[in-house]
Amino acid sequence: MTMEASAFPGWEPKILAFCCQYCAYSAADMAGSMRLEYPTEVEIVLIPCTGRFDVILALRAFEKGADGVFAAGCLEGNCHFLDGNIRARKRVNFLKAELKSVGYEPERIEMFNLSASQGPRFAEIARDFTQNIVGLGPSPAKKL
Amino acid sequence: MIIAERKPIDEIKTFVKGKEKILLVACRGCVTVCNAGGTKEAGILASLLRLDAAKEGVPLKVDELTLERQCDPEYIFELSPSMGEKYDAILSMACSIGPQFIASAYPNEKVYPVLNTCFLGGALAHGVWAERCQACGNCIIHKFGGLCPISRCSKSLLNGPCGGSAGGKCEVSKEIDCVWQLIVEKVTSDGTMDEFLSLELVKDWRTSRDGGPRKIAREELLK
Repeated sequence: MTMEASAFPGWEPKILAFCCQYCAYSAADMAGSMRLEYPTEVEIVLIPCTGRFDVILALRAFEKGADGVFAAGCLEGNCHFLDGNIRARKRVNFLKAELKSVGYEPERIEMFNLSASQGPRFAEIARDFTQNIVGLGPSPAKKL
Repeated sequence: MIIAERKPIDEIKTFVKGKEKILLVACRGCVTVCNAGGTKEAGILASLLRLDAAKEGVPLKVDELTLERQCDPEYIFELSPSMGEKYDAILSMACSIGPQFIASAYPNEKVYPVLNTCFLGGALAHGVWAERCQACGNCIIHKFGGLCPISRCSKSLLNGPCGGSAGGKCEVSKEIDCVWQLIVEKVTSDGTMDEFLSLELVKDWRTSRDGGPRKIAREELLK
């Protein structure tokens, strides 16, 4: 499914989703098995835990043209490695402040929590996040 | 170790304004340990500066390099091969010593400090650092139950506590423990109160900053 990129004709958002293998990645898989539609602009990167999600990974993604990035990990309290998802959320919050400091909308980076059985929730997250990025428009980095 | 933190990004942006090619020099010493100026932090800052430049539509090339230390000339001179690149500015991510040494070694280069050097301290927990030394040049913590009244008392009192101590906290801030409360508790539990009660005489501050900039030269190490 392609989202309508209303105010910016010809532009399609590039979105990177860093998904924990124990939950969000399985949920995305389930969304596929259930034939649920979510935007094709969302590209999934498998990570062993959102504890592996690093600020620099997201920054490099923005440098290379991503319009939005999100990390999706287990429900709080259910991390396979105890607190990887808690650490990831702190990093996302840190990154929000860093992006804002250089004039990028903090909403371009988000953290979500879901379980492996929530295929429909993954599709919903992908749709909502993509819609938000479409609302924000292309990344300010695309001026060049 | 030396505890530092990155300057606000707006201040760093003024350093790179109008520059097209800069070198960001990280340090593998104290500032790596306190997560302020190591390879990782340099990567984050370089990325932010590039994103900012992309947003503004101006060209900016940011090279990154990490030195073992920036407080020893032998490592500073590892920058020499990079000097052929003709950078518009060199940004040091070390404590204040780093940019001073780089500027001294390469007097034709424009060198900027990216970090604010804050204090001498240690990690209380991951991500929390606190001051523990003021480098007064004459350590006396053994007289105070292993606690430093110079660095941890807001007034650096040697015969405390003062009237601003309440509930174990300092009047300067409820976030600050009154070190004199801690000292008294420690010597009480140690059973050394009697020897502790003798009056501490005036400290000779000439070994501290009052004696001017300090220098140590050890004959046995000199070439």
